[in-house]
Amino acid sequence: MSATLQTAETRTMTGAEIVLQALKDNGVEVIFGYPGGAVLPLYDALFQQNAIRHILVRHEQAAVHAAEGYARSTGKVGVVLVTSGPGATNAVTGLVDALMDSIPVICLTGQVPTHLIGNDAFQEADTTGITRPATKHNYLVKDIKKLAGTVHEAFYVAKSGRPGPVVIDLPKDILIGKGPYSEAPQAPHRSYRPQTEPDMASIQAAVRLLKGAKRPIVYAGGGVINAGPEAARLLGEFVHMTRMPCTNTLMGLGAFPSEDPQFLGMLGMHGTYEANLAMHGCDVMLNIGARFDDRVTGRLNAFSPNSKKIHADIDPSSINKNVKVDVAIVGDAGAVLKALIECWQADEQPQEKAAITEWWRAIDGWRGTGCLQYRQEGSIIKPQHAVKRLYEITREMGRETFITTEVGQHQMWAAQYFGFQKPNRWMTSGGLGTMGYGLPAAMGVQIAHPDALVIDIAGEASILMNIQEMGTLAQYRLPVKVFILNNEYMGMVRQWQELLHGSRYSESYSEALPDFVRLAEAFHARGMRVTEASQLDDAIREMIAHPGPVIADIAVAKDENCFPMIPSGAAHNEMILAPGQEGGVTGVTDEGKVLV
Amino acid sequence: MPDPLETTLRNATIAVLVENEAGILARVVGLFSGRGYNIESLTVAPVDADRRLSRITIVTSGTDMVIEQIKAQLDRLVPVHKVSDLTLEGPHLARELALIKVVGKGEARMEALRLADAFRARVVDATIESFVFEMTGAGEKLDAFIALMRPIGLAEVSRTGVVAIARGPGGFEA
Repeated sequence: MSATLQTAETRTMTGAEIVLQALKDNGVEVIFGYPGGAVLPLYDALFQQNAIRHILVRHEQAAVHAAEGYARSTGKVGVVLVTSGPGATNAVTGLVDALMDSIPVICLTGQVPTHLIGNDAFQEADTTGITRPATKHNYLVKDIKKLAGTVHEAFYVAKSGRPGPVVIDLPKDILIGKGPYSEAPQAPHRSYRPQTEPDMASIQAAVRLLKGAKRPIVYAGGGVINAGPEAARLLGEFVHMTRMPCTNTLMGLGAFPSEDPQFLGMLGMHGTYEANLAMHGCDVMLNIGARFDDRVTGRLNAFSPNSKKIHADIDPSSINKNVKVDVAIVGDAGAVLKALIECWQADEQPQEKAAITEWWRAIDGWRGTGCLQYRQEGSIIKPQHAVKRLYEITREMGRETFITTEVGQHQMWAAQYFGFQKPNRWMTSGGLGTMGYGLPAAMGVQIAHPDALVIDIAGEASILMNIQEMGTLAQYRLPVKVFILNNEYMGMVRQWQELLHGSRYSESYSEALPDFVRLAEAFHARGMRVTEASQLDDAIREMIAHPGPVIADIAVAKDENCFPMIPSGAAHNEMILAPGQEGGVTGVTDEGKVLV
Repeated sequence: MPDPLETTLRNATIAVLVENEAGILARVVGLFSGRGYNIESLTVAPVDADRRLSRITIVTSGTDMVIEQIKAQLDRLVPVHKVSDLTLEGPHLARELALIKVVGKGEARMEALRLADAFRARVVDATIESFVFEMTGAGEKLDAFIALMRPIGLAEVSRTGVVAIARGPGGFEA
């Protein structure tokens, strides 16, 4: 321990200084925030130091998404600072987003002084009450002696086990008052000690099943990303040594390289034909770090009906929640993969090699459907083509590239057509499906990776939900590229209305859109509009080459639907394919219509 | 064919050892309402002042899968030390306390007293026209006594909800 830290141990500081010292001791370099009355003492303390950089956002929701982007692209904890009342309530959407997608975020909220709590004071809200179901855990600090310990604990809670958002509510008198600083305790937490090392008996049971499998599949999710790049490397090693096909969830994209021949693409509602049919037809399924989400399983009673299921998850409550499994493994994805590899090598039982070759033949047959094929003809740009060219051009350039998205059709096209070879390069709002996520998340990514190419693949409707953050890009000269697939519709809403509601496009047309070029210019950014397919490649190159922020407004085909699609209430083998492709089904059942 | 495990409901008495801190009950109750779980009874009180521990006893019902979920969801709350499904884990005792006010005169009053004696309810307050009985026991025994008091002059009931503990020497430590 250094001398400065030792003096810190015995120092008396203001509450605001204690918070900042604790952030520093937990390795925080940057926080995303917005000031207000209740947090003025913290902003005053920030002003008087240089260790922590503050990024001023334009809306508190964006601060949380920025912290999510920062966290997801670095593996560190993202930190947010907002004021009481509306500052805290504005942050709630971001907090739930981080909760659903297991992103470690700490959100410091101001609060009215302790003696005013409960009096309906100005800018008072019951922040801990409101955020209780929106966070992994939350704290209201009413005793300055507990302040430092609470911040340290919050970091432990946010990043350990299944990561998630943690709120620390800080009454103004606590920030102003003086108290002792203490370092992070060495002792384990009193009650929260998540299991990270898997139980060997369950690993052995899993390996026995997998060795005997004739039609195995590995289904990997965001848990592999959260477990760190080493977990993704181990996933690759395991998949290669076992010759199994591998599919990723939306949150898991990048956990396994998209260009690997053993990759089947994403699975689920807009997953590939081959991934979904392989899930449906497998005899042993290994789920690592995914949670059998309804977008993945489709109709539960028809989900992979003839398979033995192995589920490895760090969160025991994710196991047997939606799908009853045969082997449950509680542990960190990296630790589980390491144990699986060791146990696989030690196990004498031979693999069913001939059967697996046969299995691959079936998969290659499904691949032959070419479910992601589209035809780019004429001058109107197909949205799939725009994403595909964006991918191919960035791949040629070889620059470190990070992609964020908003929510809707463009998000699914990005997931389908942009390939990810490494983890932590793909930031999307999976569980909550938050329109307005992508731009602020891209800001957070760009702050963490100043020299990387950061692109928000957006829709023209979603982007308007946090468009004010263009101001943040300008202020900090963040060269984020906003790549809008503009079809003048809330496309996914329109698609569902077409398929489920007799093409009655109720309120899904993007009426009175702004001129995105002038909008970009008003925010000191570069604006571009592309309407012709022949201009697309040059426009993408120009966008990337521009040293500052860019909005590229790409006018795409207005009525394009996102396929393949498992309609709500359908099974994996009841996919709707694009018109002209063979093998799928059409139509949605009445039971399906009640589902979202 | 639906799996019987996924459709058959059972009762469960769940013991939860938690940090005795502000908001813990709201976390537990919010978890049940937010995820649509059923609460038939819930009791809570501090059980270890030195270690700041409280014990919550929840009686709930659901399929085996739901009850497994309830346990797992409770267990991942940060201030929860330990969760045990007493119903599943072996023989246990479950007791409830009730205060029962009966109002009446003459023969009804005497009948109330005789029945109370038979049920081992204690008189903890009396006026010339009322009794308050205190009674401890399994929930069904309390139900039976209260049903008997209804025609006699039942005026008011207050019940604690179930507290429960496993039989035998095994402890439930944090």
